[in-house]
Amino acid sequence: MKTPEGPPEAARGSEPPGQRQVTRRDFFNEISTAALGITGLGAAVVTIRYISPNVLFEPPSKFRAGGPDDYPVDSVTYLRDQQVFIVRTAVGFHAISTICTHLGCITEWKPEDSLIECPCHGSKFNRDGEKVAGPAPRPLSHFAILLTPEGELMVDKLSIVKPADVLKV
Amino acid sequence: MATSTTWTEKALASLRHTRFWKSVFRRGPALTNRTRSVAIFGNIFLHLLPVKVREQSLRVRATFYLGSIAFFLFLQLVVTGILLMLYYHPAVPQAYYDMKDLRFVVSNGVFLRNLHRLGAEAMVVVVFWHMFHVFYRRGYRGPREFNWVVGVGLLLVTLFLSYTGYLLPWDQLAFWAITVGTNIIAWVPALGSPIRYELLGGNIVGENALLRFYVLHCVILPLAAILLIAIHFWRVQKDGGLTVGQQDER
Repeated sequence: MKTPEGPPEAARGSEPPGQRQVTRRDFFNEISTAALGITGLGAAVVTIRYISPNVLFEPPSKFRAGGPDDYPVDSVTYLRDQQVFIVRTAVGFHAISTICTHLGCITEWKPEDSLIECPCHGSKFNRDGEKVAGPAPRPLSHFAILLTPEGELMVDKLSIVKPADVLKV
Repeated sequence: MATSTTWTEKALASLRHTRFWKSVFRRGPALTNRTRSVAIFGNIFLHLLPVKVREQSLRVRATFYLGSIAFFLFLQLVVTGILLMLYYHPAVPQAYYDMKDLRFVVSNGVFLRNLHRLGAEAMVVVVFWHMFHVFYRRGYRGPREFNWVVGVGLLLVTLFLSYTGYLLPWDQLAFWAITVGTNIIAWVPALGSPIRYELLGGNIVGENALLRFYVLHCVILPLAAILLIAIHFWRVQKDGGLTVGQQDER
């Protein structure tokens, strides 16, 4: 079929590179490649967004931990459902994560050694969450703990606080 | 055919002349080297394999058949895996009960489950052994460089298959192995925590994590393995056949 647009192949080949006239076919090739690229990029973005869940059916990060009188002075209490140690010292309350900072195993309070110990790789922490032994790179996290107006302890696991922060009751 | 003496050979020979055989294979009996080559080239499965091989590459000591053993273990895992899927629900806590049912209630369930589990462990061993063997035979050198890279991809797919399958029984061992493993991923700078979140579908090893590992284990990774295996086999013949050691080439 004769193409009215542009010179024939032989004539085009003799032109210097970069000077070649854009044919209708070239134009549609460029346009459709760009359209396919944009569509593909959009599909990738949508899919990546789809993979990331918006609603999680996981335990709530904020929870009530009962009244201060439930915890004797100078004690470490393990809350299994929340994976938190409630530590009551003579000064006040700490809420310390039970999740080992090494690879995420659940640590255990050993009253006989007065240490928090990890069963997986042998990290040991004192009751302030500071590392005493083992491969753990950081001390155990301290969570924000406060007293509600009703006089209950409230722990927020999304809020990490300094170990020096203590709830005085 | 002059050599068709046994009953099977005679039956096959007459079958090759039927219209049905010719419609499937597009040709009659392969009686010459040329028609035999054409039969290999024209078959979608056989065309991945070489038409002829050197005799020394068939000797046991040339390869110990490690690649073939890995491939047949993969086939065994596909078959037993599909059968296990008939009784397994990737849900909490049903997954654990299904695994218990497979062991104690389903007929031959414990046999199938152990074939799958032990086959998977054997495949990891054989794939590593295959890699070491090829390495010490200098099979990674040109012109086989690309196929070495495909092989490394197959090694990674094998390990990911093993790892994702490890969570599916949903017992304590599985739970803590995946907890520790995904926390190792979280140590990757910058990208680690997002990758862990997407892999688990959340922050903890829970329902979403089990379902995602199930889909990876049963669909995505096997498809990747089949694709890479096809390229791997095809490249073996394109790159000039198997590597045989220097001693064997004497």
